[in-house]
Amino acid sequence: MAVAAESTVMNNVEAVRSTLHEALRTDDRVVILGEDVGARGNVFLITKGFIEEFGEERIIDTPLAEASIVGVAIGMAMEGLRPIAEIQFADFIYPAFNQIVGEAAKTRYRSNGDYTCPLVIRTPYGGGVRGALSHSVSIEALFYHVPGLKIVAPSFPADIKGLLNAAIDDPDPVLFLEHKKTYRLVKGEVPAGHYTIPIGKADIKHPGDALTVVSYGLYVHQAIDAAKRLASEGMSIEVIDLRSIRPMDRTTILASVRKTRKLLIIHEDNKFGGIGAEISAMVVEEAFFDLDAPIRRLCGPDVPAMGYAATLEEEFMISTERMAEAMRDMVRF
Amino acid sequence: MTAKAISVPTFERHGLDDERLRWMLRNMLLQRTLDNRGFQLNRQGKIPFATGSEGHEGIHAGAALAFERGRDILVPYYRDMGLCVGIGMDPLQVLLSMFARADDVSGGRQFPNHYSGHALGLMSISSIIAAHCSHAVGAAYAMKLRRESGRAVLCTFGDGATSSGEWHEAINFAAVHRLPIVFLCENNEWAISTPRSKQMACERIVDKAEGYGLPGVHVDGVDPIATYAVVRDALERARTGGGPTLVEATCYRFLSHTTDDDDRTYRTRDEIEAHRFQDPVPAFERLLVERGVLTSDDVSQIKKDVLAQVNDVTDRAEALPYPAASELYTHVHAGAYEPWQ
Repeated sequence: MAVAAESTVMNNVEAVRSTLHEALRTDDRVVILGEDVGARGNVFLITKGFIEEFGEERIIDTPLAEASIVGVAIGMAMEGLRPIAEIQFADFIYPAFNQIVGEAAKTRYRSNGDYTCPLVIRTPYGGGVRGALSHSVSIEALFYHVPGLKIVAPSFPADIKGLLNAAIDDPDPVLFLEHKKTYRLVKGEVPAGHYTIPIGKADIKHPGDALTVVSYGLYVHQAIDAAKRLASEGMSIEVIDLRSIRPMDRTTILASVRKTRKLLIIHEDNKFGGIGAEISAMVVEEAFFDLDAPIRRLCGPDVPAMGYAATLEEEFMISTERMAEAMRDMVRF
Repeated sequence: MTAKAISVPTFERHGLDDERLRWMLRNMLLQRTLDNRGFQLNRQGKIPFATGSEGHEGIHAGAALAFERGRDILVPYYRDMGLCVGIGMDPLQVLLSMFARADDVSGGRQFPNHYSGHALGLMSISSIIAAHCSHAVGAAYAMKLRRESGRAVLCTFGDGATSSGEWHEAINFAAVHRLPIVFLCENNEWAISTPRSKQMACERIVDKAEGYGLPGVHVDGVDPIATYAVVRDALERARTGGGPTLVEATCYRFLSHTTDDDDRTYRTRDEIEAHRFQDPVPAFERLLVERGVLTSDDVSQIKKDVLAQVNDVTDRAEALPYPAASELYTHVHAGAYEPWQ
């Protein structure tokens, strides 16, 4: 990644917004379509002002029908546009499941490379915002089983810019997940100028040698906080921000685990069949004899959703204290 | 039930000269011969699966002639072999697809009748009913955004598709944005074993157009000239900024859904025979002879030529190899792909 001389501090909303703005400004093929992306400027104000600047033909307030948001975007992509489709909340993506899994992910394959589908589907996911059953879910495990689909979930502003640029440039469909609690909570330096971060590369956000922690989204920030706390207790924790869920960076994960000999995976999505299950299986297959402790997964509970009540939401979410405790246990194992 | 006499369509030329009328008949005879070949090869154990469109030939010939090659885009469904051949796809592709050969447009991946070809303006489809309708809308949106006037999208589907939510979403989106697209429903009365009466309570599929604010036009799909005229007018309206149209062309499906289906489990032979008057091929053949566009001898010669052509492409396709097993791993993404293992 080419780092420019100057950089700006911004939050995650501003990182998404400025990257989209630049794409619209520099590439006529880019259009944004979704519910309330026009006059309202998206429910998180990510596209605020876009319709005035780029017009309603490129900033498309769609009918309230998610399958057609993705389906129309697929047709645009197959005919040479660079659509960025927005699903207002990840919880609303289910009607578009067929279009994403059955169509977008297979367009290149089924046409033997004659047709491609350079499509980005952005959607805010995740909880901790009192979003109740239908504004809090994590959806990555429902899609990561699907070859042909790329999935990214960056949660630092600089990563968001680099990976969103990479997703827009990508000649294949990319599901771009934005943890909504990090939107205004997380701020960071973002280098000026155009740059991309390769899809499929994890990033070591906190180096260490006694335990590897793999996480992404909101929890990677809490994991880093916990690792800093444990550093003061003399424990050296390596925190890997997965950033890309598919393809997954097995090289970085395996190199870290072979160094620390212990692995803790933390994600908000529930444990059964989650991202951690694949990471765990992969590490056992590839590096079983390098492990000094059983792999542990700290995940959302095995219930249909987090509730609206504060007590129910808090019970669902994993606190930084619980993360620190799990890290201590594993280092001491 | 008693079979009605074969109906002779009215002879209104709609600007078509003899040459184009003969082209339509040849296209229809070619479709039927290719369809029969698929079922024959399946019964001979040479191919695992075939789908026919016997009864749809009039719609395909008429719509294909209305399609402007090099400008329009076709987003078909799996019962549109004749339409794809009609817009310029080499009939060899039909056999390559049946035999799943390496040179098939999908590289031997797709079921038969799932064609594509960027150069022809023929968009790739899956088997999922109505999933392609919104892709067609997206393509039409791209044309409108780029101010490509003089171009339009033709999107086809069966009667069953109009029950799907994805179909309704696509029609609605196109109507809201007045996109250059024609939705052509090939209503053959059957969705595998489910009759139209169990798909919808309304009388006609075009009745659904009004609720979405776009014009709906019904045409007798047995009549290729009438179908041509209706689809041509709708496409021309789309190409000149007049917005989308829903066309319903009625016909009858004479074969089972596919070679894996047995229609004797849900409809009688008598019912099929009672619909013979809706067979477009003998009807059009008779019309053109009666009107002196060609002679019976000419028709016999076309049939011989078509059979020779189908025999030739059958032999050529059969002689070609399957894709290499390593092709399983190609075209997952652009560039090299490392499967997770």
